[in-house]
Parts: sequence; structure tokens; C-alpha cells
Amino acid sequence: MDLRVAGNAAYAYTGGKALDPKLPAVVFIHGGEQDHSVWALQSRYFAHHGYAVLAVDLPGHGRSGGAPLASIEDMAGWIVALLDAAEAGTAALIGHSMGSLVALECAARHPQRVRSVALLGAAFPMRVSPDLLEATMHRESDAHAMINAWSHSTYAHYPSNPGPGFWVIGGNLRLMQRQKPGVLHADFAACDGYKTGIERAARVKCPALFLLGARDAMTPARAGRDLARAVPNSTVVTLDSAGHNLMGEKPDEVLDALVEFLRA
Amino acid sequence: MAAPRSLQFDTLSLHAGQRPDPVTGARATPIYFTTSFVFRDADHAAALFNMERGGHVYSRISNPTNAVLEERVAALEGGVGAIATASGQAALHLAVATIAGAGSHVVASRALYGGSHNLLSYTLPRFGIETTFVAPRDLAAWKKAIRPNTRLLFGETLGNPGLDVLDIPSVSAIAHAAKLPLLVDATFTTPYLLKPFDHGADLVYHSATKFLGGHGVAIGGVLVDGGTFDWEASGKFPELTEPYAGFHGMDFQEESTVAAFLLRARREGLRDFGACMSPATAFQLLQGIETLPLRMQRHVENTRKAVEFLSKQAAVESIAYPELPSHPDHELAKKLLPRGCGAVFSFDLKGDRAAGRRFIEALRVFSHLANVGDAKSLVIHPASTTHFRMSDAALAEAGIGPGTIRLSIGLEDPDDLIEDLSRALRAAKG
Repeated sequence: MDLRVAGNAAYAYTGGKALDPKLPAVVFIHGGEQDHSVWALQSRYFAHHGYAVLAVDLPGHGRSGGAPLASIEDMAGWIVALLDAAEAGTAALIGHSMGSLVALECAARHPQRVRSVALLGAAFPMRVSPDLLEATMHRESDAHAMINAWSHSTYAHYPSNPGPGFWVIGGNLRLMQRQKPGVLHADFAACDGYKTGIERAARVKCPALFLLGARDAMTPARAGRDLARAVPNSTVVTLDSAGHNLMGEKPDEVLDALVEFLRA
Repeated sequence: MAAPRSLQFDTLSLHAGQRPDPVTGARATPIYFTTSFVFRDADHAAALFNMERGGHVYSRISNPTNAVLEERVAALEGGVGAIATASGQAALHLAVATIAGAGSHVVASRALYGGSHNLLSYTLPRFGIETTFVAPRDLAAWKKAIRPNTRLLFGETLGNPGLDVLDIPSVSAIAHAAKLPLLVDATFTTPYLLKPFDHGADLVYHSATKFLGGHGVAIGGVLVDGGTFDWEASGKFPELTEPYAGFHGMDFQEESTVAAFLLRARREGLRDFGACMSPATAFQLLQGIETLPLRMQRHVENTRKAVEFLSKQAAVESIAYPELPSHPDHELAKKLLPRGCGAVFSFDLKGDRAAGRRFIEALRVFSHLANVGDAKSLVIHPASTTHFRMSDAALAEAGIGPGTIRLSIGLEDPDDLIEDLSRALRAAKG
């Protein structure tokens, strides 16, 4: 659906059904240099199982207008403004990678709006190596190659994503290439510059699920568990043989974990 | 920090899309001979049908063995996914039918495989899809032929049978300026010699029957989506950018930013037209692809030797092979095909049709049949076989003469092939 947030066009995929604000809202927040389509299966499932789904394109990404936001804090503020625009009262926030920090920040600052958070491929600090950060600015294709290599644990995915016959690694590369110039660096700089993760984590009072990949080379599971320990009401689920692209590599396992968490 | 290495082409040929079976430990790709797949429960069934979960339902739509083939070819081409089809012709039909319908128009190279020419020239017009054929080297003609209802530009990486090298960068630029995709038949080159997506193509298909399989035992096709074309920005493809009543009102571009074409092709085209591949065929093609890099190297080496031999023979009028400076696309071939121009080429014998017949019938190692891309060397006379429905004028426009002989060079000892050609040339003199 098309909304207006902070004066710009804002897009959110509603899972193939018209949004019903009376239903409990679930907001899916993508990671750096990506868009709503990384959640295609999971968002569609929840939309057809009693939830009002908003799988957003963050500003400057995918179909949303405006420039990419410079900080995790700004992105968290934008999510709350999007909830207002969609007339959603409270929501469960599900974020991946950069999106997980946005969800964390949002839950800490706006406890009255966030029922629960699921953080996938989360870590703190989410530092970006100087070489990769430099590549995101001047050598995007090199940066894409690094990110893609570090985000995947295998060259064979079952049942693949969004289904059999799709080449997950190629799809992830094309999705990154589809984003506008400058988005990649803005996103990675925002992750690198986020300094208050532990402090914010301590203020998260709602239930929090940490869904981590045992073979994640972008945001190692160890760093995710460190962050989870700082959240008072957290649960950690680690998926064996999964890399950073959890939704692409393990779509069913991710969905099952989210269903169990949100139904609890 | 050193940049990580991604698996290279030769390794992907063996590993992409498949790992040891997690249940049985099988190292090779198992053949899943089953029509259908059991649901875990009613919710799982509904989720699979509504594309809330990925997985297999019915082998016409997807099958685990086929999926390995699809993902492997997509990896080798650099695409986002693929669909295995019953034949190369089925792949072409699936590509066209996914984004074109009654009232649509295609611009195609004139130098096409005869079967593709038949589909576009005679069969699709019955369903309201018209095609304008253009000389593949005439870039102005490509541009001029585009109409408001054009939905696709289409050519072969190496035209059949004159080996016209498709100027993919230029033709794709013309297509993209008109907000249209370029579909390329890459059968003759395989991704080992040329990756069309790297040069601007948007969709690629293969008759996998040929070099991908390589063994000449299985008919099949593969249609690959490069994931680069922005259907939404084009505004010409409501099939992909507006809700589809035939599949839960799905807006495919909204569902998948980079694989909308492939989603619709599978959810509509495979479902309704049903030109799917048998898993046994997928297995056979996978066996071939494992050795694709090795075979293509040998195909090209043997072809270069055969071309060199024929170019020195007085009985040979001309040879059409882009590695020869005499070929009109020689410079383009050096740019697009640095690893070689494939293993299929044509030459013209001096003399009449009878000389051609004597040549073919004297060959002992080459097999006279209607195929290319086999491990074994093959020969055919296009004017009397693959292109026999075309008029003399149309033949001439496609670069085919009455004495044109097409060879597909195999993996035999090259000296045996040259001896066979030498014998046939002597016989052709009469």
C-alpha cells in the first residue's frame, strides 16, 4: 500500500491482502540495500493468518521515496510515523540485520507502540569493516560481492526462496543492484554508527526473539547472543547451517520460529 | 580485509543447487520420481498453494531434481532463477506467452533456428502475436520495427546457421530505450562461452538438448530470468505489475522485486500450458552440465582445427565462423566471445546440390541428423531439412545457400574428424 510519511511516498507490502487496521499489526523491516521482498513468504503468511502486515520499504529503498535515512534512530522514528500513517496502534516489529537495530531502537523508545520484537541476524555492535565501508562508497560491485559471499552458507538451498528453482544468491545480488546509488553506503554507515545498542536493549521490556544463523559471517551469532543477554525478556533461536540471509536460506524455519513467537 | 572468493564457473557446474542429500547422504542428485508431495498438515497445504511457503506440490509445477537443474543453470548464467521445460521450444513459448498475448508484437532476428522461426512466423499469429523479423546486424531495423504493442526483442547469441553474432549490448540498449526486455537464445554458446546477462540481455533460454546436456540423449529446455528488467518502470506489462485473478490476485512485481517474470511463468505458464520436464531428463542434463566447461573447451579446440582444415580446401567456397577475419562479426566476436565461437558452423561447397549430397553421404564419423551440440560430430544440409519450409528468398536472407553444409563438431580425436572431412570432400568432387 502507498502511504505518505514525513512528506514522502512510503510503500509497504501488505502480504497480498488489503490492510485491516483492526487486526494486530506486524511490521517487517528489511536490512541494508534491500526492500520488502526479502520477507515475501513470511509476510504473506501472516497476512493470511489474522495479522495486518506492513512489510516496509525504508526511505530511499524500493518503492519508497525520499533519501535513505542517516541513522538507526531516524529509521526508528520513521517506523513509528508509518504506524501512525497506517492507523496501526501497536505492532510486533520483525527486523533483519539493519532492520533488527531499527526494531530494537523502536521498542526501547516507544514501548507503548511495540508489542514484541523479533530480531534476525542481529548483532551489536554492527561494525562494518573499513574496507567494506569504503567499498560501499566507491566500489559498490565489490561491496555486493563481499556481502553476498558473507551472507550465504551454501550453494544449495532447500526449498529455496521464494520457491524451488530460484537461485538465492543471484536473487540477493540483483536486489542489492536494484537499489538506488548511495543507499548501500548510507545503510552501512548507519549500522556502523549505531552506538547505543546495549543501552537501548536494557530498556526493551516487551518479549524479544533473537533468530540467529550459526554460520552468519556478517553478524556472527556470538554477537547476537551478546546483545540478547542485554534484553530482559529475550529468547534466542539459532538456526544450524544458516548464514546472514536467514529468510533466503531457511524460509520455513524462519517462519516457524516467528509463528511460534508471535502466537505465544 | 581480503574480499571473499565466490565459487567459480567450473565449481558451480558441479555444485550449484545441490549438496549431499541430508537424509540419505546421496552425493549425486537423486531422481525424485513422484508426481506429488505430501503436506505436513492442512495449514502447510494452504500455505504452499498461496505461496506463503516455498516447496513442492506437484511435479508439473516443481520437482526437487528439476530444481537442482534450474538453480544450477541460473547460477552459471548469473540469473535469479530458472524454469526447466520440456524442450527448448517450450522454453521459448513460455517466455513469449508470459509477457505477450493477443495484440502483442515481437521483434526478432531473422537468423533463427527453423523451429523458432516457425513458432513466430506461423503459429503465434494464430493466437494474435505478430512478429517482425529483422537482419540481426541492422541495428536501425531493430529500432524501426518496434511498435507501441511490441513486448519483446528476441535473437540468438549465434544465429542459425550463419553464426551472426548478436550485438547484445547494442540490441539490449535499443530494447531498454523502448522499455522492453531482450530475450536471447544462448543454446549455441552456453554460459561457458557467453553470459548474455553480463551484456544487457534480460531473459535467456537454452535448448538444453544441445551443449548443456551434451550427450544427445535428452530433450529439454531451460528459461532463465536475469532479474534485471524493471517491469514496473516499463509500464507495459500488466501481467506482472497488476493483480492476477488466476493466482490469488497476486501482483508478481510487488511479490518479488527481481523475479516477477519467473514467478508468473511458473505459476501460470507451467501450471496451464504444462510443458514441464521429466525429473529423469533433469538428471541426465545435470550429468552433462557437470562436464560443461571441459567439453566446451574441447568442442572449441576441435572446431578451430576443422575450420582451419576446411579453409585451405579448394572445394570449399566459404566458411561462416566468426573467428575468421572474413566473418562480418569477427570484431564483435572478439569482444563478446573471447573463449571461442562455439562448435557449430556452416560452409559452402563449390558445386551443386548433388555435390552436397555426395559430401554428406561419404562421411563416416560425422552423423547425418537434425541436431547440434552432441558429443559426437554431426552434419546436416539446412536447405533440405531444418529450413526446408522457407522460400529461396527467405533462405538467402538467412544466409543459407543450396550448398550450405552445417557441422556440429564433437569431442572425437580431431585428426579423425579431419580425415573424415577430407574423404567427403574427395567424394563431393564426383
